[in-house]
Amino acid sequence: MRFVSLTIDGRQVEVAEGTTVLEAARKLGIEIPTLCYDNDLSIAGACRLCIVEVEGNNKNLPASCALPVAEGMVVHTNSPKVREARKIILELLLANHPLDCLTCEANGRCKLQQYCYEYGVKESRFSGERRHFAIDDNHPFIERDLEKCILCGKCVRVCQEVQGVGAIDYSGRGFDTKVATFMDRSLADSPCVSCGQCIYMCPVGALTAKPSKGKGRDFEVTKVVTTCGYCGVGCQLALNVKDDKIVGVTNVPDSHNQGYLCVKGRFGYEFVDDPERLTTPLIKENGKFREASWEEALDLVAQKFNEIRAKYGPDALAGVSSARVTNEENYLFQKFFRAVIGTNNVDHCARL
Amino acid sequence: MSTLKKINNFVELRQLREQLKKNYQESLSNEIKIIVGMGTCGIAAGANDVMKAIIDELQRRNINATVMQTGCIGMCAQEPIVEIIRPGEKRVTYGRISPADAKRLIEEHVLQGRIVEDLVVATFEEGHPDETNFYKQQRLVLRNCGHIDPEKIEDYIARDGYMALARVLEQMTPEEVIEEIKASGLRGRGGAGFLTGLKWSFAAKAPGDKKYVICNADEGDPGAFMDRSIMEGDPHSVLEGMLIGAYAIGADEGYIYVRAEYPLAIKRLRTALAQAEEMGLIGKNILGTDFSFTLHIKEGAGAFVCGEETALIASIEGKRGMPRPRPPFPATSGLWGKPTNINNVETWANVPIIIRNGAEWYASIGTETSKGTKVFALTGKVKNTGLVEVPMGITLREIIFDIGGGILKDKKFKAVQIGGPSGGCLPEEKLDLPVDYESLTRAGAIMGSGGLVVMDQNTCMVDVAKFFLNFTRAESCGKCTPCREGIQRMREILQNICKGKGTLEDLDRLETLANTIKDTALCGLGQTAPNPVLTTLRYFREEYEAHIRDKRCPAGICQDLLTYFIQPELCRGCTACVRVCPVGAISGEVRKPHVIDPEKCIKCGSCKETCRFSAIAVK
Ligand SMILES: Cc1cc2nc3c(=O)[nH]c(=O)nc-3n(C[C@H](O)[C@H](O)[C@H](O)COP(=O)(O)O)c2cc1C
Ligand code: SF4
Ligand code: SF4
Ligand code: SF4
Repeated sequence: MRFVSLTIDGRQVEVAEGTTVLEAARKLGIEIPTLCYDNDLSIAGACRLCIVEVEGNNKNLPASCALPVAEGMVVHTNSPKVREARKIILELLLANHPLDCLTCEANGRCKLQQYCYEYGVKESRFSGERRHFAIDDNHPFIERDLEKCILCGKCVRVCQEVQGVGAIDYSGRGFDTKVATFMDRSLADSPCVSCGQCIYMCPVGALTAKPSKGKGRDFEVTKVVTTCGYCGVGCQLALNVKDDKIVGVTNVPDSHNQGYLCVKGRFGYEFVDDPERLTTPLIKENGKFREASWEEALDLVAQKFNEIRAKYGPDALAGVSSARVTNEENYLFQKFFRAVIGTNNVDHCARL
Repeated sequence: MSTLKKINNFVELRQLREQLKKNYQESLSNEIKIIVGMGTCGIAAGANDVMKAIIDELQRRNINATVMQTGCIGMCAQEPIVEIIRPGEKRVTYGRISPADAKRLIEEHVLQGRIVEDLVVATFEEGHPDETNFYKQQRLVLRNCGHIDPEKIEDYIARDGYMALARVLEQMTPEEVIEEIKASGLRGRGGAGFLTGLKWSFAAKAPGDKKYVICNADEGDPGAFMDRSIMEGDPHSVLEGMLIGAYAIGADEGYIYVRAEYPLAIKRLRTALAQAEEMGLIGKNILGTDFSFTLHIKEGAGAFVCGEETALIASIEGKRGMPRPRPPFPATSGLWGKPTNINNVETWANVPIIIRNGAEWYASIGTETSKGTKVFALTGKVKNTGLVEVPMGITLREIIFDIGGGILKDKKFKAVQIGGPSGGCLPEEKLDLPVDYESLTRAGAIMGSGGLVVMDQNTCMVDVAKFFLNFTRAESCGKCTPCREGIQRMREILQNICKGKGTLEDLDRLETLANTIKDTALCGLGQTAPNPVLTTLRYFREEYEAHIRDKRCPAGICQDLLTYFIQPELCRGCTACVRVCPVGAISGEVRKPHVIDPEKCIKCGSCKETCRFSAIAVK
C-alpha cells in the first residue's frame, strides 16, 4: 500500500493512498461537518457541507468526502471562506425547513440544529417559497414528514445498499425533488420491510418511529444495550428507557450487526409492558390455568415425557425447535431428543 | 433498402470508394440533381411538402432528374432549401421555397436552364472551396452536411468516408492514434473543453479487459442543435469517429446516448448503424482485422442533467440520471464500473478528418490553445440564424455581424449569451473577443456546446438572467444543496427586483449566493448555473440598479415597472380600451381622450394591444 502525506489545518498527516480528505482529517481528530456522509454508505457528495479549501485550487471548494488525498496537498477545513460557504449552505437548508424544533422528535440529536448552532445561523438570509407536503403516517411504524427532509439521501442509500430493498428513491427534479416510493404511494404500500434503518440514518426529524413518538427525545432517555431476544443472530440493540419504560430502540453501531436491525428487534418491544404478558409458568388443571413455579412446571413435563415413553415407546415423542434460540441451544435440543428421549423425531421451524 | 455487400478488407473498401466516386462524377455530367434540405429545420419549415411537390411535378412532366435528400445545410433561416445542379453548370441554392416555388424551379431552372434569380440564396462551382465554406465559414465537421444523403452509406464512402478507419486499422497502433489526436490539440466540444487525446490515453491506460466508448448526444442546451444536425446530416462521421476511438482505447462496445426528442436523428443513426453492420464496418473482425466493435443506440428521456457524463452513465445503467462525485472518472470506472471514454457528438465527428488530413494540418487551424473549428448555433435577434462552423479564434463580432448579418431590423446590439443556459451574457465591448476556451472563461462565459443567443436593445438583462435560472432551477437534479436550493433563491431575488421590490443589499446577497453556488455545487450544472447572473451583474449592473433605485426597467420589459398611459393627441375616444380593461381602470367620454388610472391598472397590456390608433404607450 502506498502512503501519501498531506497537511490539514497546518498539521502533517500520512495516510494510505485512496483515503479521502474527510477520513484523513478525522484521523487527526479534526471534525468536518457532514449531513449526507456515513461510513457504511456510498459517497453521495450531496449536502456539500464538508467542503474545504485546497491551496492551489482556485476553481472551487471541493467536498472533502469525495476528495482523495494527494501528496503534498495543503488543506484548510475551517478557513473564513469555508465557514462562510457552509453558513450559506445551512441558510439555504433552513430557508426550506419548518422551524418547529420545539416539538420535533429529533430535537437534541438533529444535525441541522447542531450545525446551525455551531455556525451561528439564527435566521436565513434567503427565505422565500417553501415546499409543502402532506405527512405520510399510513405506515404502522414510520411517519414521514418530507417538509423536514433535507434530501441528504441517506435513507435512500441505506434502504438500497444495506437493506437491499430499495423502497424509496428520489423523485421530481430541482427545487421539487423529494424522496418517494414507487408512484409516490404511501410507504405502507411499498416494498418496505419496516426495518427502520432509514429512521436511524435520518440526520433530521423527517422520519420518526411512530411507537416512540411523543415519548421522549434522545437526551431524555437512558440507553440500555442488550441482545435482541427474537432470534439466534443476537443483534445488539439499545433500549431507550424513560421513567422505567422502554420508549424506543436505537442502533448500537459498533456491534456485530453494525447497529442494523429487523422489524422485530426495532419495533417489537411493546409486549414488555403489556398487562397480558405471561410472567410465570401456568399449569392447566380441570380446564383452568393456575400459576406455578418453574420447578413444578418442568417436573410435570419430565414426568409426562417418561410416562409417554414407557407406554408407547420413544418414537411416540417428537421435537420441533425454534429459530429464535441459538445454535448451541439447538444442538442441545437435538441431543436431548436423540440421546435422552431416544428418538430421531426432531426437526426445526426453519425447515418447514 | 438496397442490399449492401460486405467489405472484407482494405482493398475492397478502396475499390468501392473509387467506383462510387466515379459514379458520382458521371452523374454530375449527365444527370440533373435536385437536392432538398431534410434536416429537422427543413422539415419544420415544410420541406416534406416541397419534396412531394417536386416529385409530383417531375412525374407529371415526365422529367428525368435525381431527387436527393440531405441534412441541415446550415442556413436554417432560409429553409426549406432546394439546390439544383444541371450537368456542367453551377450549383444553385434556393431558399424559403414553397411547393408553388418548387414548381417554378422545375419549370424555369430544370427545364429551361434559367436561374430563378428572386429565390436564389447562393451559387457555387461544384468542388470550389466556397462549396463548403459559404458565409465565411470553415466547414470541416459539417463538410458532408448538405452534400450527401445521410441515409446512404455509399454517399459517405464516396466522399472518403471510412478511409480514416481503414488507415488506423491498417497502419497505426492504438498508441499512435492517441498520439495523433493529442498532437491535433482537439478539445472536447461538449462543454468543458478537455483535451481529447489525453482523455483517450487515460481510458487506454486504465486496467481492465472490457472497455466502453460513449457518444454523448443528449444535447440538452436549449438553442443548441449542432449535434442533432451532425447526426441527421452525416451520421457515419460519428460512427467512424467512435470506431477509431474504440480501437485506440481498446474498447469493443459502445453506446450513443441520444435524446428521445430527436426522432429523426435516431432514425438516421439506426439506419447508418444497420448499413455499417451490413457492410461489416461495425461488428466482428472489421475489414478482416481482429478489431471487433458493437454499437448500441440508447434513447434518453430528456433531462438536461443526463448530459453530464456520470448522470448519463447512470441513465444507461437504468438508474435515475443523477451526477455522482468524480473521481473516479469514467476513464477508470465508468459504465458498469468499466473504463469508459465519453465524448460529444461533434468531438467524435472531428476524429476522422484529423486522421485523414493529419494532426499538423488540424493544429494549424484555430488559436494557440483552441484548435480546429467550432460549430455554433446562432439564434436570437440576428438576421441569419442557423448553424455556422468557424475556426476557433474568430471574433464574436465576425460571427454575429459578418456571418449572422447583424441585428434583426438593424436594431442596436446589446448582448450575446454564449454557452447555453449556464453560459454568460457578454456586452458590446466584448465583441472583439476571440472565441476560444480561455478567453470566454476569462470573460465569465463558457464555450459550452456552442449556443449563441443574440439580444438587441429591447432585452432586459435582469429578465434574461431570470429566464435562464428558470431553466436551471427546473433541470437541477435536486441532489446537492447549493444547486437545488440556491438557484431557487437567486431566482426569487431576481423576481423581486423585476417587480421593483429589490434593494441594493439584494445585489450583494445575490452575488454572494451566486459565488457560493459556483464554488460548492457538485456538478457542472450547479457550478455554471450562476454564470448568467454573475455576468449580467458584471456587465449590466446599472440596469439592475435602475430596477431597484428608479423602479424602472430601461428596456421596457418588466411589466410591473411599466406605467401605461394614453397619449391624448392620438386618442380618438373610441372606447375600445375601456371594454377590454379587465379591472375598469380606463375612463373617459366617447370621442374625447381617455385616461388610465395608474392605481387600478394591473399592467396586463390588453388596452395597448386593442387600440387601433397606437394611442396607448408605456414608460
Ligand atoms: C449539466 C450538464 C449537461 C451536459 N450536457 C451535455 C450534452 O448535452 N452533450 C455533451 O456532449 N456534453 C454535455 N455535458 C458535458 C459532459 O459531462 C462531458 O463533459 C462531455 O460529454 C465530454 O465530452 P467531450 O470531452 O467530447 O466534450 C454536460 C455537462 C453538464 C454538467
Ligand atoms: S424501513 Fe427499511 S425497508 Fe423500509 S424504507 Fe426504511 S430502510 Fe427501507
Ligand atoms: S428523510 Fe432524512 S435520511 Fe432521508 S433524505 Fe430526507 S433527511 Fe435524509
Ligand atoms: S449541481 Fe445541481 S444538477 Fe449537479 S448534482 Fe448538484 S443538484 Fe444535481
